[in-house]
Amino acid sequence: MKGKWILLSVFFTLATVLTGCERLLVLDPKGPQAARQAQDIMLSIGIMSGIVLVVFALLIFILLKYRASKQRPDYEPPHMEGNIWVEAICVGIPVIIVAYLSFVSVQSNYIVEATPQGYEDKEPLVIYASSSDWKWHFSYPEENIETVNYLYIPTDRPIEFKLYSYGPITSFWIPQLGGQKYAMSDMVTTLHLAADVPGEFMGRNANFSGKGFAENTFEVTAMSPTKFVEWVDEVKETADPLTEEKFDQLLEPGHLGRMTFTGTHLDFMPPPNHNHGSSDDESDGESHNEDENQSEHSEH
Amino acid sequence: MEFFERFAVPHPSIAIYASMVAIGLTMVAIVAGLTYFKKWGYLWREWLTTVDHKRIGIMYLISALIMLFRGGVDAIMMRAQLSAPENTLLDAQHYNEIFTTHGVVMIIFMAMPFIFAMMNIVIPLQIGARDVAFPRLNALSFWLFFMGAMLFNISFVVGGSPDAGWTSYFPLAGNELSTSVGTNYYMIAIQISGIGSLMTGINMITTILKMRAPGMTLMKMPMFTWSSFIANVIIVFAFPVLTIALALGTMDRLFGTQFFTIDNGGMDMLWANLFWVWGHPEVYILILPAFGIYSEVISTFSRKNLYGYKSMVASMVIISLMSFLVWAHHFFTMGQGALTNSIFSITTMAIAVPTGVKIFNWLLTMYKGKIEITTPMLYSLLFIPLFTLGGVTGVMLAMSAADYQYHNTMFLVAHFHNVIIPGVVFAMLAGLTYYWPKMFGFMLNERIGKWTAWLLSIGFLLAFMPMYITGLDGQARRMYTYSESTGFGPLNMVSFVGAIIMAIGFVLIVYNVYYSVRYASRDISADPWDARTLEWATHNPVPEYNFAVLPEVKSSEALWDAKKKGHVLFKGEYEEIHMPNNSGAPFIMSIIFFVLGFSLIFSLWIPAIISIIGVFAFMTHRSFEQDHGHHISVKEIEETETKMRGAK
Repeated sequence: MKGKWILLSVFFTLATVLTGCERLLVLDPKGPQAARQAQDIMLSIGIMSGIVLVVFALLIFILLKYRASKQRPDYEPPHMEGNIWVEAICVGIPVIIVAYLSFVSVQSNYIVEATPQGYEDKEPLVIYASSSDWKWHFSYPEENIETVNYLYIPTDRPIEFKLYSYGPITSFWIPQLGGQKYAMSDMVTTLHLAADVPGEFMGRNANFSGKGFAENTFEVTAMSPTKFVEWVDEVKETADPLTEEKFDQLLEPGHLGRMTFTGTHLDFMPPPNHNHGSSDDESDGESHNEDENQSEHSEH
Repeated sequence: MEFFERFAVPHPSIAIYASMVAIGLTMVAIVAGLTYFKKWGYLWREWLTTVDHKRIGIMYLISALIMLFRGGVDAIMMRAQLSAPENTLLDAQHYNEIFTTHGVVMIIFMAMPFIFAMMNIVIPLQIGARDVAFPRLNALSFWLFFMGAMLFNISFVVGGSPDAGWTSYFPLAGNELSTSVGTNYYMIAIQISGIGSLMTGINMITTILKMRAPGMTLMKMPMFTWSSFIANVIIVFAFPVLTIALALGTMDRLFGTQFFTIDNGGMDMLWANLFWVWGHPEVYILILPAFGIYSEVISTFSRKNLYGYKSMVASMVIISLMSFLVWAHHFFTMGQGALTNSIFSITTMAIAVPTGVKIFNWLLTMYKGKIEITTPMLYSLLFIPLFTLGGVTGVMLAMSAADYQYHNTMFLVAHFHNVIIPGVVFAMLAGLTYYWPKMFGFMLNERIGKWTAWLLSIGFLLAFMPMYITGLDGQARRMYTYSESTGFGPLNMVSFVGAIIMAIGFVLIVYNVYYSVRYASRDISADPWDARTLEWATHNPVPEYNFAVLPEVKSSEALWDAKKKGHVLFKGEYEEIHMPNNSGAPFIMSIIFFVLGFSLIFSLWIPAIISIIGVFAFMTHRSFEQDHGHHISVKEIEETETKMRGAK
């Protein structure tokens, strides 16, 4: 069967491209969370390739050996019921593989849902990232500034993103820093990221949100802490204040370029404070103090 | 005029106007043709009113093939739009409508009816029954599906297509953000055909449990029947969830309720949860009967019994239970926390184990066999490696932390096409080829069939393998365009080429039907594939009553026993056969459902209320109707049997 060899070679080409090509964003991590995810991805590709090879090898062997044309015309295939040992192997080995991957997966879950490793002792920088059709608003409550469609972050601190949406469900994604998380209109979700090195990264909404979805992107720049402070100071000196009126204009559906403001919309338009299920701070749900109760929403 | 404005398409284009004209002309042509050839009576008596499971199966099959082409054209347009950066073939709105209808059409109106076609044609024959348990309900199921499909398909020329994705996530699909009637079409058309699916589920379960031939215990059922049985059990448990979700969504859109809205306490995640509580089992509803077809085909053409029958059944039962425990893996990124994600990550990976068992069982079925590569077998042999690729990427996606990177990307798109195309579509094409002589009394051309299988496989690899790579490179799904600097261009062009090759493959299927109708020999035996199971023990094509004498079976391979072990299948003399009468009620009732659906979509309350009354009037009439069916006399049976044998 020549076809099987074609399939095999296609698979190998793929595997080489996946592993060899450094430029694939997800496999080119610039932060601890993305690094962990890339590591999981490569690990699973490795193990899964093994399974694929075994299945392909068995199939090719069987096809080469047991084609009708390779056998006597009077050959009568035997009647074979299941064999308990053969089937135990067919169940046992996948169970071991799945158990191992589950172990890794559970570990990784707790890692990506917590402050990035290596940054535990540092105070996280909280940034509220909210989406509206079809743009991103980034509020820095600590610095008291707000940007639209671009994000500056320091490299030495863990970043705690608080995500919510002024419209459809969106998904906040910076592939090189870590995987995505949904932003929804009636609750705040938390995403922990950190950048190890300065650089410019692509960020986007990954969840379909209507007409302007394709262009719903933002630019991320990671910079040294001193540069970050310089930038914040500069914004405070030069940018206009964000008024409620102005923010209402920004929420209108459409695309906007980069914008910078002093002050944040959190003061006059606090993020949603409902906590549907899953949360351990239901009792705070009534409070309108947006900063404290929402930061507890993350799972620990 | 204001009244009629609502039927206008909100985003018209030349293609849509052309389609309107084409649809109009086709309808005129059909009506004119039927009148000219005086076929109205034939159409009504033999097809529109039929309750025969084989004919209903054939109608499902034709509808599925038509929908395959509708969905396929959507696919080609999408791949064409994405084949180059900054392409302007389609604008965002059209692209959104097209990927939405592609998903809905392919899952609900192509894959589902294709599977129902196979179930209808095969199950009663495979268990030695004369029809399904509720023949008239079966006709109603078909016509409800058909009217749902038609309703959905007129959306793009009347009022506008749905554009919120086949998952139709709220609040995007809500009134605030989707103002056209498109999503109404989605809610109502799927609801109508979903009622049909649910009734088919009940019908098939009853048929399989109550109408098996003497001697066929549950563990002696052929594997396709087993797989369909389990799929139908899943249907009965899963579809009510969809019914509720769609009903809530419809109420949000039509009656101003606030289940899934942005404000007033609506919960958008509730829709996502309900949708996937149905949506994930739905995947197994599609794949299990496909596995059943592969089991039949691989066993037949390896000339060997199916290896590990018991573990095959056990693995399907486990899959059916677990299919309800994995839904949250569709939104690991919703922020439900590490613990929830861990649980769903483990259940999702665990479901790979029984699926793997099946792959190994098929390999072991071929081991020491005498493998003959016919077209159905070629599909099965291509299925094993291709589906394995899709299966292992499924395990990769199940690692929830890593899924934060795969989610919403082309990697995911590649994965689910990689399981559905080699898994479901190839199985249906294998089944189509395998059971074609059963339906029509002649075989499809093997040479064209094999060309098709190879073209589809090569096209598939070219179309979908690049998506794994662009997904890892950050290409989100559902983007109507991308900039050149992303570097996605070349690989998307490869995908487009693959899509064209697949399209050629699908066109070849039609050509094969045409070619075989013209040239294939009608002189085939009842058992052209040298098969093993009971459906091949009767004539091709099958007479109305299926079996002149009901068979008695000893194992899951009744025909093989008869051929090799001298087992006598048919004992006794011909007796009068009791068959159900045809009825126009299912067809007319479904048309009323169509009117009801259309009225609801456009909020035309008076026709909606009248049609609801009509539906109930039909149901009441049926409750009081005395219809005891008819009998086929011994003489008629003898005549038919002689004629059929003569045809050999």
